[in-house]
Amino acid sequence: MNEQDARLAVHTAIGQVAPDVDLAGLDEESRLRQDLELDSLDFLRLLEAIDESTGVDIPERDYTAVTTVKGLIDYLASRG
Amino acid sequence: MGEFRLPSLGADLKNGKLVEWLVEPGDHVSPGDSVAVVETDMTTLDVETQQEGQVTELLVDIGTTVPVGTPMVRILGTEEETVQPDAASVPPSEAQDRVSSLRRAVGSLMSRSKKSIPHYYLSTTLDLRAALEWMQLVNNQRPVASRLVPSALLLKATALAAREVPEVNGFYTDGIFRPSSSVHLGVAVALRHGGLVSPAIHNADTLALDVLMQKLRDLVSRARAGRLQRAEMADPTITVMNLGDLGVETVFGVIYPPQVAMVGLGKVVEQPWAHEGLLGVRPAVAATLSADHRVSDGLRGGRFLARIDELLQKPEEL
Repeated sequence: MNEQDARLAVHTAIGQVAPDVDLAGLDEESRLRQDLELDSLDFLRLLEAIDESTGVDIPERDYTAVTTVKGLIDYLASRG
Repeated sequence: MGEFRLPSLGADLKNGKLVEWLVEPGDHVSPGDSVAVVETDMTTLDVETQQEGQVTELLVDIGTTVPVGTPMVRILGTEEETVQPDAASVPPSEAQDRVSSLRRAVGSLMSRSKKSIPHYYLSTTLDLRAALEWMQLVNNQRPVASRLVPSALLLKATALAAREVPEVNGFYTDGIFRPSSSVHLGVAVALRHGGLVSPAIHNADTLALDVLMQKLRDLVSRARAGRLQRAEMADPTITVMNLGDLGVETVFGVIYPPQVAMVGLGKVVEQPWAHEGLLGVRPAVAATLSADHRVSDGLRGGRFLARIDELLQKPEEL
């Protein structure tokens, strides 16, 4: 998938899990845990939503690559 | 002719505001059926009846705030309950800012806790190497929807330990401690707009780990959406506060009266670990216990925390 589709999938998923996050002003360097305040259950829901929309199931061993919004977008862009 | 009266809504909550009926005259109800949606200072709850029969009359107008014990529904074919209303109907409260009313409710409960409960505090470090290695193996075989998180293992171990050490699991009321034969594990859930609620996972000690994980996900998502079952708010027999996800290493909680213990879990960190004369690195988490000195002491409290650690060394048995 191209970067634009990846970004859309990530933004949509964040909107579902954390509706209070301002997607228009989202800094892509934001860390999912510390900056967006997603806990481990939110993170799981986020990955689930991304899996549903893109078909990319991110395995646990790759969690360290997807700790930021940008990391997540890059990961999807390189896979899907 | 019987009446359904507004049941207990959880610690310190004396009133509830009727926001929606889930039954209407003519409906048949059985014990456990939700009959109304009631808003409290903490959250919004589905309230269930314990009676069997036919609804003949709804006794409260939508939007009205009434005290616990108020007759709400007339039900034909049932015996009257024995709970008595403790006050006359109070007028509907003004529309309140959700967060500030929640903050007030938590504040008043915590003030009462600190004034009335002689807390003592213990802390220990849980060795998570075995638990996390096992969890990783399990998760590698699974799609994201059925993966586990460390909290699920920690909660299950806590529930099992609470069953073994009854002095931390139950209610202290009117000068008497009543241990609970079931472990209804309260889970403190931080709400994204501020504040927290602590609903229970019922019978957490008896649930298979995967079931507990799904219940945890469901409970947290409903707590955040502001829609819980009444019993989930009223029933916790011990509560766990897990601030690890927020980066906090150690948390000492304040007990929710009438409960007698609160477990605090911090962040999972890698730390140097001496074992049989060798130094290695292991994932570990600080677990604390805030407990009621009228009911237990450091010896029993220490036993409880030690059991959590022991149980986590055999994660496949959780």
